Amino acid sequence: MFKAKIKVTLKKAILDPQGKAIEGALHALKYINAANVRIGKYIELTLKEKDEKAARQKIEEMSKKLLSNPVMEDFTFELEKIK
Amino acid sequence: MKFGIVIFPGSNCERDCFHAIKNVLKQPVEYIWHADTALDDFTCIILPGGFSYGDYLRAGAIAHFAPIMENIKKFAEGGGYVLGICNGFQILTESGLLPGALQRNQNLKFICKNTKLRVENIKTPFTARYKEGQVITIPIAHMEGNYIADKETLAKLKKNEQIIFRYCNEKGEVDAASNPNGTLENIAGIANKRKNVLGMMPHPERVSEKVLGGEDGVHIFKSVLEKMLAG
Repeated sequence: MFKAKIKVTLKKAILDPQGKAIEGALHALKYINAANVRIGKYIELTLKEKDEKAARQKIEEMSKKLLSNPVMEDFTFELEKIK
Repeated sequence: MKFGIVIFPGSNCERDCFHAIKNVLKQPVEYIWHADTALDDFTCIILPGGFSYGDYLRAGAIAHFAPIMENIKKFAEGGGYVLGICNGFQILTESGLLPGALQRNQNLKFICKNTKLRVENIKTPFTARYKEGQVITIPIAHMEGNYIADKETLAKLKKNEQIIFRYCNEKGEVDAASNPNGTLENIAGIANKRKNVLGMMPHPERVSEKVLGGEDGVHIFKSVLEKMLAG
């Protein structure tokens, strides 16, 4: 069994208004050096799979199909073997 | 010949659409449940507005995999008329039946107001009753109506005349001030290359009779009806 930690973020070229709003709030709190705030999604799941290669493939597949929208989002993930 | 309106958990504009077809157009119309798979003998399918599956993950993302959607894709690919309004438009982009994507409004607010639209292409089954460049008033009510597409997709949309509605001012000028949500080039609605699938953020069913404050939207339904009658 594997545990996957998947991060979905807006593509770099896409303006992130939520990130901008939070950046503004950080500046208002005097964290003036904070910049380039980007908001994303963090998804955790476990996967019953013996082989790591197969698990990677499945996570890749579900990330493309449902968890992210390839038109506007990128994803990365970490895989960890659990009992 | 029959209209079908798909209901997903969280749809909330299906009755308005039903009313427009049944009582204004006086045409046969039926609801279609998202968990069904059979599509019977419909000629036009409407994906109504709302918050299918609570907009969880992304607006339209989960509805895309509802059991009925597989047959709706086949129906659209076979040339059947599909109209996606608001959340319906989001479902169509998530499903890949229309290119691009809809992201959150630039000002991060839910926007509910009347908008002016310029009809950019009347050579479609949904817009034949309008005049080229006509300015119409149809309300929007959405959180994710900010259309995006990469340069290549945008070039294709233009080349194939797939941009059907743009937000504009009263004179019909497409300017930054008329853009309610940051959408690319003021795009409010697009069609697929074949023009049998239309997705739009504004709600035509909400302006389908005078008592509702306008009739500018009814011509979308009437246009497709005329097309259906003509075979």
